[in-house]
Amino acid sequence: MNHLDSLEDQSIFILREAFYKIERLAMLWSAGKDSQTILWLARKAFFGHVPFPVVFMETGFDMPDLIALRDRIAKEWNLNLIIARKDVAGMNPSKGRVVCCSALLKDNLKQAVARHNFGGLIVGVRRDEDPTRAKERYFSPRDKHMEWNIADQPPERREPINTDLAGITHLRVHPLLHWTEPDIWEYAEREQIPMAPLYFARNGKRHRSLGCVPCTAAIESNADTYAKIRDELRATKKSERSVRAQDQESEDAFEKLRRDGYM
Amino acid sequence: MITDAPLRIVIVGHVDHGKSTFVGRLFHDTGSLPEGKFEQIKAACDRRGVPFEWAFLTDGLQAERDQNVTLDTAHICFRTPRRRYVIIDAPGHKEFLKNMVTGAASAEAALLLIDATEGVQEQTRQHANLLQWLGIKQVVVLVNKMDRCLFNADIFRRIATEYPKNLVIPISAKTGDNIASKSANMPWDTGPTALEALDTFKAAEEPANLPLRLPVQDIYRFDNRRIIAGRIESGTLRVGDRILFSPRDKLGTVKTIEGRQSVGITLSEQIFVERGQIISHEYDAPIVADAFGVKLFWLGRQNLEVGRRLKLKLVTQEIECHIESVEKVVDDSALADVTIRTKRPIAFDTYDRVAATGRFVLVDQHQICGGGVIMKGEYHDRSQNIFWTETEVSRADRERRNKHKGTVVWLTGLSASGKSTIATALERELFAMGMHTYVLDGDNIRHGLSANLGFSPEDRTENIRRVGEVARLFCDAGLVVVTAFISPYRDDRQLARSRVDEGDFVEVYVNAPLAVCEQRDKKGLYKQARAGKLTEFTGVSAPYEAPEKPEIVVNTEQHTPAECVEQILRYLKDNGRI
Repeated sequence: MNHLDSLEDQSIFILREAFYKIERLAMLWSAGKDSQTILWLARKAFFGHVPFPVVFMETGFDMPDLIALRDRIAKEWNLNLIIARKDVAGMNPSKGRVVCCSALLKDNLKQAVARHNFGGLIVGVRRDEDPTRAKERYFSPRDKHMEWNIADQPPERREPINTDLAGITHLRVHPLLHWTEPDIWEYAEREQIPMAPLYFARNGKRHRSLGCVPCTAAIESNADTYAKIRDELRATKKSERSVRAQDQESEDAFEKLRRDGYM
Repeated sequence: MITDAPLRIVIVGHVDHGKSTFVGRLFHDTGSLPEGKFEQIKAACDRRGVPFEWAFLTDGLQAERDQNVTLDTAHICFRTPRRRYVIIDAPGHKEFLKNMVTGAASAEAALLLIDATEGVQEQTRQHANLLQWLGIKQVVVLVNKMDRCLFNADIFRRIATEYPKNLVIPISAKTGDNIASKSANMPWDTGPTALEALDTFKAAEEPANLPLRLPVQDIYRFDNRRIIAGRIESGTLRVGDRILFSPRDKLGTVKTIEGRQSVGITLSEQIFVERGQIISHEYDAPIVADAFGVKLFWLGRQNLEVGRRLKLKLVTQEIECHIESVEKVVDDSALADVTIRTKRPIAFDTYDRVAATGRFVLVDQHQICGGGVIMKGEYHDRSQNIFWTETEVSRADRERRNKHKGTVVWLTGLSASGKSTIATALERELFAMGMHTYVLDGDNIRHGLSANLGFSPEDRTENIRRVGEVARLFCDAGLVVVTAFISPYRDDRQLARSRVDEGDFVEVYVNAPLAVCEQRDKKGLYKQARAGKLTEFTGVSAPYEAPEKPEIVVNTEQHTPAECVEQILRYLKDNGRI
């Protein structure tokens, strides 16, 4: 079977399992490349519908490009959009990038989950992104503080997938876990998934990974089509999150964020 | 552009035999490390004041690096000029066996690492058994840390003789010998490098010519369509195919299909479908049974225990089960041959026939506590028209025309309590009201349908089972069917009740004291029973279990048959049956 087809089929299977098993399921949607791909897959899984709310986290340092795409897609695809925002007076990356991420994203996320009492959240993380995500499960339990007990995760076979904690504890669902960054672009090209213009090179620069404006750097690139981006990523030796300034603060900056409930 | 799926390789072996070190070294020597990663690892080692540690590449967790032990499985991508790989670095420590299973379960090939200085250890053996149990046949053995025994050929050969069927390669992950390039330190070795060995692995072949298996995952109603969703685990499905839903044995015809493997289908007929059923073709069905022999891998915190209630998950089926017997325990009680019994029959295949529907997991209090593959089970030819065929005219259609609901009015009570009298009077009234109705009477049934049965407890049970089935068919045909049987056992009446939908079954306890019945004794049966000429007579020499919660109780001692009939009719009207 074609590689992209099998990636797609596995993700659809996981989305359908999550939808069947988890009450008050929602999806975290940043309008970035990975969450655009999940939405696309969800519309395939549910025959043109997205049958759960999508939660967009606003920090006040958001990329205007993503906000524009969000508003367009939410309307075109008839999404049940929840915009989550938690303003913290005077918070900005100069207070410490991890501190800022913690306050404006992680705590915002925890607050949104508590407010809507979501039983589970679909999140677009992939194993190839960083070493802690390499250890993730498709269905990953979080405790009541949304914290991740990384040293004691439940066993998971490829199938049947472990969904027995649904209703017992909050679950993170990761339908893209087995995808790689070039896979995303190869699939996006085949399916013509709408993506933010910032990903495509202009004047020798493009964005590879989109976060908040102050902490996301562009890379040198001339890749201005889906296919060129895919080929560029196949050849690169730079890691995807190297453009995310908050990860570089200390050896375990990102792991700490994720243990505490970050995506 | 079509790309092949990456080959998935799991790295296994005893704790500290160098699995993560091997992965780190392999990445480095093939130029696969991301930019800056080497420096990052070096900095992490310097901070801890330890020599350079390759394992820090996949030991992505702080705790793993601090303790220098892999806790959880990591998946990382890797490519050679020949193809792409996903390398699954599994923990070796005994305590993290469940994480090792997580990693190994999805692999197509494995590398088993053995420390040359320690030789084969407990987890070496356990992991090798586990690979076999998971059906991973492509295993290359890497004898690591050859530098620590001065690249001694004899030490290597002693270990290699334990694996006569495998390719065994001497390596040193730390120094890079025989990883990506041929070692100058081991001129006596003429075999391939570890990297070359990877490229000898074959991708798992797509199962061809397997029977169709499509477990139902969910049923959606979108845009006024009823869509059955599921993933095709094997075989092919086409529009127009006649399909069988196991274990309920219902048939349908495929009207539309959307998707490739994770599909959504619609049917030409309106039949009851629920999650868990397995769709197959009519002629090549899975096994349906409630007991089967399995090879079990036990991960539970408690010991494996016969009789313990567990939940079994097999594709999308979930059912309570218990271990009925343990035939053989291998390897420190983690692996065992056992028989599992499920609460109700489920649909499955033997693992060697269809892998996806031949494996399962066991869940104990929301935690996976084991998994296994089904080894034994008998295929029966179920294609001889023994299915519940859905006809074009549905029960709902009939009820609309009849203007009343199909209902089973089940009269139970002692002999001579008045069941037949009430049944015939009730039938007459219903008929006069324009209802479609019929009486099933004890004596009449025993003249034909149950002519071969006596009055032993077993025969009584069978008799009532038959009556229950006939009543169900009549009910489905839209009739108000009135049954008049002593039906003395609660369980038997419960069985009859369970065969129809809730509300369809109206149990009427025809109540009269034994003395009153005995006095009536129109047929002279009580007299014969008292004289011992009639054995196993209900109320005299056999028990009667009165209903605990009947829908209606009629008292024939105090009320006339007409009053009793009136009482039943009122109930049927009040509950919207007629």
